[in-house]
Amino acid sequence: MPASQHAFAATGNDEQSTPGDRTVLDAGEIGRALTRLSHEILERNKGAGDVVLLGIPTRGVYLARRLAERIATIEDEAVPVGSLDVTMYRDDLRTRPARALLPTEIPDTGVEGRTVVLVDDVLYSGRTIRAALDALSELGRPRAVQLAVLVDRGHRELPIRADFVGKNLPTATSERVLVLLAEHDGRDGVVISDRGGDA
Amino acid sequence: MKRHLLSAADLDRDDALLVLDTATELATVSSRAVRKLPTLRGRTVVNLFFEDSTRTRISFEAAAKRLSADVINFTAKGSSLSKGESLKDTALTLEAMGADAVVVRHGASGAPYRLANAGWISGSVVNAGDGTHEHPTQALLDAYTMRRHLSEGRGDLADRRVTIVGDVLHSRVARSNVLLLATLGAEVTLVAPPTLLPVGVEDWPCEISYELDPALAKADAVMMLRVQAERMNAAFFPSAREYSRRYGLDAHRMALLPDHAIVMHPGPMNRGMEIAADVADSVRSVIVEQVSNGVNVRMAVLYLLLGGAQLPTGEEVAA
Amino acid sequence: MTGTYLLRGGRLLGAGDPVDLLLAGGVIAQVGAALSAPADAVHVDAAGLVVLPGLVDLHTHLREPGREDAETVESGSRAAALGGFTAVHAMANTEPVADTAGVVEQVWHLGREAGYVDVHPVGAVTVGLAGTRLAELGAMAGSAARVRMFSDDGRCVDDAVLMRRALEYVKAFDGVIAQHAQEPRLTAGAQMNEGALSGVLGLRGWPAVAEEAIVARDVLLAEHVGSRLHVCHVSTAGSVEIVRAAKARGVDVTAEVTPHHLLLTEDVVAGYDPVFKVNPPLRAKSDVEALREGLADGTIDAVATDHAPHAAEDKDCEWEAAAMGMLGLETALPVVAEAMVATGLLDWAGVADRMSVRPAGIGRLAGHGRPIAEGEPANLTLVDPHASTVVDPSRSASRSRNTPYAGRTLPTAVVATFLRGVPTVLGGRLVADAR
Ligand SMILES: [Zn+2]
Repeated sequence: MPASQHAFAATGNDEQSTPGDRTVLDAGEIGRALTRLSHEILERNKGAGDVVLLGIPTRGVYLARRLAERIATIEDEAVPVGSLDVTMYRDDLRTRPARALLPTEIPDTGVEGRTVVLVDDVLYSGRTIRAALDALSELGRPRAVQLAVLVDRGHRELPIRADFVGKNLPTATSERVLVLLAEHDGRDGVVISDRGGDA
Repeated sequence: MKRHLLSAADLDRDDALLVLDTATELATVSSRAVRKLPTLRGRTVVNLFFEDSTRTRISFEAAAKRLSADVINFTAKGSSLSKGESLKDTALTLEAMGADAVVVRHGASGAPYRLANAGWISGSVVNAGDGTHEHPTQALLDAYTMRRHLSEGRGDLADRRVTIVGDVLHSRVARSNVLLLATLGAEVTLVAPPTLLPVGVEDWPCEISYELDPALAKADAVMMLRVQAERMNAAFFPSAREYSRRYGLDAHRMALLPDHAIVMHPGPMNRGMEIAADVADSVRSVIVEQVSNGVNVRMAVLYLLLGGAQLPTGEEVAA
Repeated sequence: MTGTYLLRGGRLLGAGDPVDLLLAGGVIAQVGAALSAPADAVHVDAAGLVVLPGLVDLHTHLREPGREDAETVESGSRAAALGGFTAVHAMANTEPVADTAGVVEQVWHLGREAGYVDVHPVGAVTVGLAGTRLAELGAMAGSAARVRMFSDDGRCVDDAVLMRRALEYVKAFDGVIAQHAQEPRLTAGAQMNEGALSGVLGLRGWPAVAEEAIVARDVLLAEHVGSRLHVCHVSTAGSVEIVRAAKARGVDVTAEVTPHHLLLTEDVVAGYDPVFKVNPPLRAKSDVEALREGLADGTIDAVATDHAPHAAEDKDCEWEAAAMGMLGLETALPVVAEAMVATGLLDWAGVADRMSVRPAGIGRLAGHGRPIAEGEPANLTLVDPHASTVVDPSRSASRSRNTPYAGRTLPTAVVATFLRGVPTVLGGRLVADAR
């Protein structure tokens, strides 16, 4: 069999931007949005007391870590931060070849009785968040679950909304929203391309 | 694009690492209170066992159930008369039942290839041990276990030295391990009396030794294969005692191993034959851990074969 | 005998100028350019075709009596005629075994009734093929079937004393012992050629030495008692070497090779498809090369099909449970054309020698393997050397479908077969009322 044929085909979620894409948020704007989100999270929860930040891989994890750093600076107190992979809970698994799993790292504090803030880069159909809620419920019973996203591009397919939004971005379904983060992509930026596909 | 796991040779390095990495993530699920994932809800996994192997069957069953698959256990012990017929007829029955995956254990080498390629069924086939051919999920769980102890649970097994001792000729575990370990970069040495090595073994991607002691001093892992005492009746070796003395792992020999080395056995063990009881129960022994790792590895395999879109039958490559 | 046929413009043994052949009264009545035929003669256009003496198979399993679901004398005869054969030797491993005058006469009569080829029964060497007591070889020789070839094929006569006695005994009626050379202890449970591949596939090996040890012993026995020995389906380079050396010493030994051992190697076993399971097993490439060379230089006397039909359920299963054997009659000539003619190892005269003349001599068949000349029996095969044969199992005349060449395109095609002046095959199709 040809060498290129793998027994399993796993797809990552690495996306590449190409020239011709339209930048809608630059690095500075992303930074300011995250600072504002940090303040909103603290305000809503009256401090960082029982907050646990769980990023949804891949880019949600970096965003959660950035939020945790800002909150620590503001409050002078570390916020537990972790990651929550939702792959096994997705309802669209059968539309693509099996995906590689990404790390789930729950802070030692656990989620029981805590206020869990889920963090993701883009809120779109809402299906990822539904999967995240299912995944979370297997880990314990948080007192409350909130959602923070860098970009809300609309087109919801489920009754899900974000508690904290960095930027509302009206888009066409044919467009594609890419969030680029220095930790993963070498630079910060949010770009829209019209090459179609899901984000 | 393969839809089946029939041989460890079906896995290239990326495939093998994907299975191991997936199993590593799934291990966190196994350690928590709610061990179930909804991933394979509505999918049917059939455990088709023509040979008794409670351990392997239970391991696959637990793996499938933790992924919420519907599990059907089908233990068909073919009589010698209807042996051939029953494989086909059983396959047609499973197809009618809508099996998405068939996990097959069979006494005849190559039986899983027939299931996968004869056009009897459309689902994925996982080889759970066929005759004296292969047992790829055992090799995966062994590699997973070695990686945990020897490579910090990450990456491949480059330059790790693995010594496999015993009845290589009749061992499906040895065949799959040699293939997979070579893929993962390990250096494998097979140790056995010449009668228990297959013709052509010199072409395998490993070293061969007829002496155990020299192979122990440099080993990171030593895997003892089950040796049936009845083999002496077919003149493979003179007596169980002589075999045990020349190729058995006892405490004295275990002392030759480097401090970090682990002792493995695919089970079931013949204590006192290929492995001494105190060695099997020593702190170096990871034999019990191999069993629990088996569930995670099999979950990973079932997820990767069944969790995504089903590939059209036409994309299958003939073995 | 009815009908007169004028075959126009064929080339005898594929060489020389085109000639016409007039077949009448069961013999070749005339050979020459632009013959004029009687008004009622049927004209057959043989331009561009090779004219061969009717092919003779030394090794056919017709399965009747006993396994009529897999093959009958009639269905096997049809397959033989389509393959260009005018005579076949029907192996003795039927149920009941052909170990008495009664059974061999039954098979012989069935062959006569079918009428497509001359069916010459092979008698068993030992009662029930059990390898313990000699069958009544003399009675079979003296029966209507006039048996001259004896074989326990499927099993080896491994008892050295029994083999010696059999070799000696058949001298009384110019018989020959055809040995299936397989040392049984070295091949218990064997599934495929023993080598690197069997080790990888986990299939029990059938080592070359298990064949060669018996061939070596048997040529020494034949030499010792001054008897005639025939070695069935030689499959290894070592066996070829032993036969070559024995012939050089003057031992009266002949040997056959199957078409599949001339074309296929063990590599095809890797997919575990039992259609490739056969005994002796498919061997390594170096063996195939040695077999071709042995056939080319005459060390191996004959191509014999070992046509072994098996019912679907005996092949549609896992490898180890499957029966051994493959169809051969209808594809023998195209396979030999690919392995030997296309490679330049044999010309058509050589093919005629190895597939007709020498096998007829080994089987002591007076009317077959004769020169294509006036007054000779009109047993002829017409071959189109430029056509090809696409193997479609569903169209086989055999009752079974276990051909290893399914879907393959092989060179040449058998166009017509004449048995004593009567066409059994014309235009590549069976003639309905050959009788
Ligand atoms: Zn035979």
